[in-house]
Amino acid sequence: MYTAEFHYLRPSTVDEAEKLFAASADARYLAGGQSLIPAMKQRLDSPSELIDISRIASLSFIRKTPGALMIGAGTRHAIVAASREVHDCIPALAVLAGLIGDPAVRHRGTLGGSIANNDPAADYPAALVALDAVVTTSRRKVAAEQFFTGMFSTALESGEIAVEVEFRVPRRAAYAKFPNPASRYAMPGVFVAEFPGEIRVAVTGAAACVFRAQEIETALKQQFAPGSLAAVDTTPDGLTSDIFASAEYRAHLIKVMAQHAVSAML
Amino acid sequence: MALISLEVNGMPVRAEVEDRTLLVHFLREHLRLTGTHVGCDTSQCGACVVHVNGEAVKSCTMFAVQADGESILTIEGLSQDGKLHPVQAAFQEHHALQCGFCTPGMIMTAVDILARHPHADEATIRSELEGNFCRCTGYLNIIKAIRAAAEAA
Repeated sequence: MYTAEFHYLRPSTVDEAEKLFAASADARYLAGGQSLIPAMKQRLDSPSELIDISRIASLSFIRKTPGALMIGAGTRHAIVAASREVHDCIPALAVLAGLIGDPAVRHRGTLGGSIANNDPAADYPAALVALDAVVTTSRRKVAAEQFFTGMFSTALESGEIAVEVEFRVPRRAAYAKFPNPASRYAMPGVFVAEFPGEIRVAVTGAAACVFRAQEIETALKQQFAPGSLAAVDTTPDGLTSDIFASAEYRAHLIKVMAQHAVSAML
Repeated sequence: MALISLEVNGMPVRAEVEDRTLLVHFLREHLRLTGTHVGCDTSQCGACVVHVNGEAVKSCTMFAVQADGESILTIEGLSQDGKLHPVQAAFQEHHALQCGFCTPGMIMTAVDILARHPHADEATIRSELEGNFCRCTGYLNIIKAIRAAAEAA
């Protein structure tokens, strides 16, 4: 299967990449390519230029700072999943990275590629929102809750590149994913993070875009235990219904996954 | 068109490719290394798995130009001096194939699994095989073969 024709470009800096983008007719950035290339093969996307940012060395790093974990947007999932720093600092994040796709996909796919694509069932958006992350782009900083704006859409402007993500280090956190039995995409995935005086719960794979489950956060604030979610009525309003699961079933699974995550944290 | 130079199975290769040529088509059609298979062409089945700089990747989900300067290992490069790689030998010994179509990808993935988990147990092998589909064997003998290769190492 062949993609439509395109012109391949490989800049060595973020600055150069943005300049190439600005001079292109209808360019896309290529990071790990694990969603973009399949989409191009299906002719769902046919850019005129492909700007390969996967070899920009400055985009790939993991660094600990006081209270935060910084991960370069070009860092591949396999690196995050196996990272000693990530395991020490936010183990749930390493677990999440190890649940994305399959091993071959994790060897190529990147953090930046995942969040810029913002697939409604992608795993990383749940981690960014629950961990109150800040995305640094080639132009500015954007809080995670403002970054993910809708199905396959983000706050990134044309040509703007996600450069790094700053994750706030929680007191404890866990990610529980109910994978679609065929595709293994989250259906849903729930990330629970506890900070001093604050509990954040983010849900992916249940609606058009990642969201915070406020009713679950409120219940957990009263008592942090799986049992406190028993009486919570997660609403199917606004959730996705498809051949795999009805909105009602997804609403139910959100609660069950949240309970699994809380159990894992205790 | 792009001029690329890379290493394939230890040999230097220089070639001119269309920008949109997928790595798997470059290997199969330009280099005639047809051991790497195209099963699904939708990045799911893993029949096309090769190693890029020692890591298993799906060669149908990567362009040949992206392999410029990199080192590629395919199923043809696995045996040394006419002797099967221990994972290949284990697949033969444990009858880990029926039609054989998925086998090159299974073996390249298995070698990658054992490089990262030298003493992989059954649960690890099962979860690590998530990106490789076999439609004949029910996976049991594949897992048995990989376990045997892990124990022999």
